[in-house]
Amino acid sequence: MTIAGVIDVHGARPNGSDGRPPYLTVAGLEKRFGSFVALSGIDLAIPEGEFVCFLGPSGCGKTTLLRAIAGLDRQSSGTIVQAGRDISDLPPSRRDFGIVFQSYALFPNLSVAQNIGYGLVNRRLGRAAIAARVEELLGMIGLVGSGDKYPAQLSGGQQQRVALARALATRPGLLLLDEPLSALDARVRLRLRGEIRELQRRLGVTTIMVTHDQEEAISVADRIVVMNHGRIEQVAAPEAIYRTPASLFVAGFVGTTNFMTGVRSAADRVRVGGFDLQVTPGDAMGTGQVCTACVRPEDFVIRNVCPDTPNAIQATIEAVEFLGAVVRARLGSPQLPDLPLVADFSLNAVTDLDLARGRAVTVALPPERVRIFAGLPE
Amino acid sequence: MSPIAIGGRTRSVDREAWALRIALTLMLAIMAAAILLPLWSILSKSVEDRAGAFVGLANYAQFFGTPALAQSIANSLFVAGLTTLIVVPLAFVYAYALTRTCMPAKGLMAGIALIPILSPSMLPAIALIYLFGNQGMIRELLFGETIYGPIGIVMGQVFYCFPHAMLILTTALSLADARLYEAAAALGTPRRRVFLTVTLPSAKYGLVSAAFVVFTLVMTDFGIPVVIGGRFNVLAIDVYKQVMGQQNFQMGAVVAVVLIIPALASFVVDRVVQRRQVALLGARSVPLVPQPQPARDWAMLGFCAVVGAIILGILATAVFASLVRLWPYNLSLGWSNYVFEDFDSDGWSSYFNSLRMAAATAVFGTLFVFVGAYLVEKGKGAGWARQVFHLVAMVPLAVPGLVLGLAYVFFFNAPDNPLGGLYGTMALLTICTVAHFYTVAHLTATTALKQMDPEFESVSASLQVPFWRTFLRVTVPVCLPAIVNIAIYLFVNAMTTVSAVIFIYTAHTKLASVAIVNMNDSGAIAAAAAMAVVITATSAGVKLVETLVSRVVLRRSQRWRAR
Amino acid sequence: MNKVAAGLVSAAVLALAQGALAKTQLTVYTALENEQLRPYKSAFEAANPDVEIVWVRDSTGIVTARLLAEKANPRADVIMGVAVTSLILFENEGMIEPYAPKGVEALRPAFRDGKNPPAWVGMDAYMSAVCYNTVEGQKRGIPEPKSWADLLKPVYRGQVVMPNPASSGTGFLSVSGWLQSKGEAEGWKFMDGLHQNMAVYTHSGSAPCVQAARGEYVVGISFEYRAAQEKTKGAPISVILPSEGVGWDLEAAAIHKGTKNLAAAKKLMDWVVTKEANTLFNNYFGVVAYPGVTKEVANYPKDAEAKMIKNDFAFSAKNREKILAEWTKRYDGKSAPRK
Repeated sequence: MTIAGVIDVHGARPNGSDGRPPYLTVAGLEKRFGSFVALSGIDLAIPEGEFVCFLGPSGCGKTTLLRAIAGLDRQSSGTIVQAGRDISDLPPSRRDFGIVFQSYALFPNLSVAQNIGYGLVNRRLGRAAIAARVEELLGMIGLVGSGDKYPAQLSGGQQQRVALARALATRPGLLLLDEPLSALDARVRLRLRGEIRELQRRLGVTTIMVTHDQEEAISVADRIVVMNHGRIEQVAAPEAIYRTPASLFVAGFVGTTNFMTGVRSAADRVRVGGFDLQVTPGDAMGTGQVCTACVRPEDFVIRNVCPDTPNAIQATIEAVEFLGAVVRARLGSPQLPDLPLVADFSLNAVTDLDLARGRAVTVALPPERVRIFAGLPE
Repeated sequence: MSPIAIGGRTRSVDREAWALRIALTLMLAIMAAAILLPLWSILSKSVEDRAGAFVGLANYAQFFGTPALAQSIANSLFVAGLTTLIVVPLAFVYAYALTRTCMPAKGLMAGIALIPILSPSMLPAIALIYLFGNQGMIRELLFGETIYGPIGIVMGQVFYCFPHAMLILTTALSLADARLYEAAAALGTPRRRVFLTVTLPSAKYGLVSAAFVVFTLVMTDFGIPVVIGGRFNVLAIDVYKQVMGQQNFQMGAVVAVVLIIPALASFVVDRVVQRRQVALLGARSVPLVPQPQPARDWAMLGFCAVVGAIILGILATAVFASLVRLWPYNLSLGWSNYVFEDFDSDGWSSYFNSLRMAAATAVFGTLFVFVGAYLVEKGKGAGWARQVFHLVAMVPLAVPGLVLGLAYVFFFNAPDNPLGGLYGTMALLTICTVAHFYTVAHLTATTALKQMDPEFESVSASLQVPFWRTFLRVTVPVCLPAIVNIAIYLFVNAMTTVSAVIFIYTAHTKLASVAIVNMNDSGAIAAAAAMAVVITATSAGVKLVETLVSRVVLRRSQRWRAR
Repeated sequence: MNKVAAGLVSAAVLALAQGALAKTQLTVYTALENEQLRPYKSAFEAANPDVEIVWVRDSTGIVTARLLAEKANPRADVIMGVAVTSLILFENEGMIEPYAPKGVEALRPAFRDGKNPPAWVGMDAYMSAVCYNTVEGQKRGIPEPKSWADLLKPVYRGQVVMPNPASSGTGFLSVSGWLQSKGEAEGWKFMDGLHQNMAVYTHSGSAPCVQAARGEYVVGISFEYRAAQEKTKGAPISVILPSEGVGWDLEAAAIHKGTKNLAAAKKLMDWVVTKEANTLFNNYFGVVAYPGVTKEVANYPKDAEAKMIKNDFAFSAKNREKILAEWTKRYDGKSAPRK
């Protein structure tokens, strides 16, 4: 099974992706709500200073996992070790983390400065020391001079910066971000995610961010943990997730993918409908097995395709969608009836080849770009 | 960090979790003693004979077999049904005028309609005697019918129940989705059809809820029939006669249990209705802003003015009644009826008892209610215990005050009850009143708490700030308006209530509302009117102070709400 | 908040102060009229500064029922100002501690229990009286009744009120009076007829006269003290003792068996038989227990003693429950709601 394979691969690497000792280790974590299994078999190691994203559709368990790490929702079984300390059974107040929520969760009746200093007050710091730290943090988030304002007087982006400063005020070893950008509008979201990334690099604080936005995850994370149905599907660097998805789910969830379901007919052939798709041999799948071939839209080749190019397909452009740098075309082919294909062509190719609705074209799928997985897509 | 924490698989000592758990346990125990156990004692009493032996449903058989008592059921159902039929349409139009029209003087009209809430229910009945009694100012309007009986009861109940129905319907009607009206207008739908197909269905649940609330209020109210019921017996009076008149506790318990039925039904309907009401209005709804329609708006103002004038007229009659020296023979005005010492052994002291009790109810009740609601909403772990607490907090809404008062007699006056020491004390009156009005206060508190970000507690925990600090520094200040509301609600109800406390007051702890009933009983109706006026003035004064205070103090302390 | 705190503190201080003085609190169950409680209490406490009376007041029927109900777990120390028929009932139930107050022998024999020591001592007599509103009577052409029989006339339909005997001592003594003076069969027949004219049966014995005084109804069957009071206050009523004679009862006092404050209870009993106390009673009632205390009460009916029927308290006490059950069965549908 593909999924099991993935966990094997990553579970066997307790030292994280680059050999440093892990700062946070989650082992055998399981969470049940009554008979519903929200998390199962979660094994994860995060080295110090890494920025990790938990990515998955809603209900996949990513927030549950984050809350278990925070101690806000206790796991049913399994262990969590942070900085060599088993924190599995500690209440949140005895753990060492800062957290930022989608809703900001700023105390509305306290000023910005009081919010940021909230966790400092009971740490036996002097008044002056607190004020200095709050000023420092205000500077860090670019809100110098706004200390006396109330949260309601700030924009959403500013509020989330305050929440971030509040979480970092006590210099926690671990920063947890629960969909921190989801409530913001698109442009603020883009800018703030860059700021968060930069701040994280500067402070070197180990960070976990939960998000359902694959683009966000890809752009900020050192590594992405893709989750589905309470399990980890893949843990890898963003490019690896995109280029070599470990499962049908990952292939479908991250980026756009054409799914072509068929039967393995030979070591290097998958029969999709009446079409024999040439693939790269080298997996353990036997002939006659039902499988799904995945191709990214940008992997379609349209220049220099001749009929004997491997996987050449005769198709008609049925619809064209202008996406800016690329044009996305919907292709219909008599060779693959009832299976519309989505292909991206560069703007140059569109101009050069005069691609438009109704044009007949020949495209090719390079076999090395076709990934096949056992089974059917969800 | 403490060394216990390191490497241990055992659950470590968690001070905060324990504090929450202990508070929850303690408060659950108090709730059980104040609500559940007394109710249990009333149920068990109803299946016992005088000697305390179990007799099954024999008492019930006897109750339904007594023609006079069975007649009371019919009487109660009749006045409750008739009142409902009158009040709900009136209140609907009034609420419609307040929410869906551009009628002038909306604030004033809304304020006038709430006056009856500030008065004890005996007040309208007394005023009606002065208006329509055998010596009434305008008794001719009754065309020879007597006010003592169903006519008087229904008229009094209409006054008393009107604001309750109006508040529910105002809420229902203000939850309108403008898009539906725009869609109807775009389709060229005539106004009447819009009313029938959009307005009425959207207020349907509010109407059902209002009808049940009014029906229950009338079934269980005791202040109006005691004053103006004449020979017309109703269930609420029967409980009293059985228990206080004949000391037949078993039969009183039976009537009480019978009285719970309509209240319980109304409670269930209300719960169902509220659940659906929420579903009715999506997050994307656009609030409806009424457009001016001069003809309709002025007609509505006319209607509201008539209703308002009747309400004010009844209040004015009570004030007048309290000032006339000897109606109808000596019409000179004066304060002689306010010298309560001349009419009741306790004189003004019962009023001061009421003030003390209301203040204690407001202070301790609000404290308990808010902390309880906090534990339910924001507490962690012990999920079932928090749900149980919430359920128990819902119970008082389904228990008429009369029944609760009786239950307190049975439970706290039992010779072997270790809490028996409370019997006859002001503390017990306070506990009973808090319990009686618990549900609405609890719901107000939970609504306010629900509006707070659920992650405040998580953030505090992550910052290693104990929950009680966040409770005091954030939760309480943010909920301050709701807290003030709860306190006022408890205070006003404690001032006006009579049904529960009439069973458990003693010589030292007589309340003003009880004094009204006593003075009315001995024929001192003018003094009873005077006391009712004093209570109304006190409630109104507190309400006024609240309004002023919230204008000044709350605005300052809630400065952060401004953008 | 501060006010509440201040209130709590002052209450605590008050409690301490009371504790320091160590006054005996004497719980006295009573059916006395409201306006009598304060004068009696202050006169007694002036003479006995170490005892404080705590009144538990309700109408006779209620107090009687309550005392019976609390028999197993009594709260009363003394029963005072309650109809003697009720006290005899309690005596039969073994609830009375007999005691001969100092000077009891000075009382008129009819006003004390014949046994030695007596179970109860009388305070004053009170009797049925009819209040007739002259203004309303004239306006509506309803004549002043002279006898009980007059009240059966159709002209009084819907214009008569009387107290419910189950809750009111006045109501009970009227009913008992009719049954004794007319005989049981005739008595019930009379009440059947009266029932036809009855507007309402009130909870308290005072209410019918007060309502007649206000003109709410024309005729109220009440008791003579309330009638005199209302007339003195200026109400346009005449006070009538019907010609056939009127039922009456004694207000009496007794010690509840098992009281924890027996010494203080005895002090109150001693006070009740004094001339001073009776002089106080005489402010309200024309006929009191102490011989020679006969100050005229304003507007009090002149021929009161002559109109009092021959009364058998034992009969009333013995048959109380039976009479009330019969009455309730016949007429309760029309009873005014109690509180």
